[in-house]
Amino acid sequence: MTRALVNIPKQAKRGETIEIKTLLSHPMETGYRRDTMGRAVPRDIINRFVCTYNGVEVFRADLFPAIAANPFLTFYTVATESGELKLSWTGDDGETRTETATITVA
Amino acid sequence: MARLPPMTATRRQFLIVAGGAGLAPLLTPAPAGATADSMAAAIREVLGEATVSEGKVKLELPPLIENGNAVPLTVSVESPMTDADHVKAIHLFNEKNPQPNVASFHLGPRAGRPKISTRIRLADSQKVIAIAQMSDGSFWSDSVDVVVTLAACLEDSPP
Repeated sequence: MTRALVNIPKQAKRGETIEIKTLLSHPMETGYRRDTMGRAVPRDIINRFVCTYNGVEVFRADLFPAIAANPFLTFYTVATESGELKLSWTGDDGETRTETATITVA
Repeated sequence: MARLPPMTATRRQFLIVAGGAGLAPLLTPAPAGATADSMAAAIREVLGEATVSEGKVKLELPPLIENGNAVPLTVSVESPMTDADHVKAIHLFNEKNPQPNVASFHLGPRAGRPKISTRIRLADSQKVIAIAQMSDGSFWSDSVDVVVTLAACLEDSPP
C-alpha cells in the first residue's frame, strides 16, 4: 500500500472535538470492471478503517466497493488526553497500513 | 361468517410465505446489480425487527453529479453524543450500484460530533439513503435523489 495523508491537530483543549481528515492512495478496485482483454479485474478494496485513541477504538468504518478510489474520510473525536491516535486501513489482501499521530491535550 | 376461519388461516399462510420470500435474497447469491429490493434487503439486515423513522439525519450530496466516480458526501446526525444518548452507527445504502451497501460507520460517545464526509461511486441516477442507529435502539434516516451524468464502474481500466 502506498501514501496516506492524515490531518490531525497537534494540540487541543481537553474535551474539545477535533476533526480528523484522512486520505489513502488506493485504487479501490471494485471487481465489476473488465480490462481491455475483457477479463474481470479482481476486486481489491480497503474494506476496513479503524481509528484508536490511546488503544481505545473511537471510530470504525466498513467500506464497500462503492467508496471512491483513494478513500477519503473525515470524522471527529473528543480530545480526552495526550497520547497517540492510530489509524489503520485493512485491504482485501489482509494487509494493514497504519499511521500514527501524537496529540497534546492541555 | 362460516368462511372466516379458513380465510384467516390463508392469510397467515400467506404471511409466512411472504416472510420467507423476504429472506430469500439474503440466501441467494447477490444479483448483478442492486435494485430497490436488494437495497431493502440490505437495510432489513441492519434494522432487524426495528422500524426506521425519517428525521435527525442529514445527508448532503450534490443533486446533479457530473462524475459518478467520486461524489462528495456528508452525513450528520442530531445527537448530544453523551454516554446515555449517542449515535452508534451510520449506514449508507444506494439503489442501483452493483451492491446496495456503500459504507457503515461505527461511532460512540467519544466521536464527539456525529458527522462524516467521504467520497463515493454512483453507477446511475438513483436514491442514496443514510440510516443512523442510536444508542436507544431507534433508527433514523434521510435520503437524497441524485442525477448522475457520467456513471462510475462503466469505463475501461485505466492504462
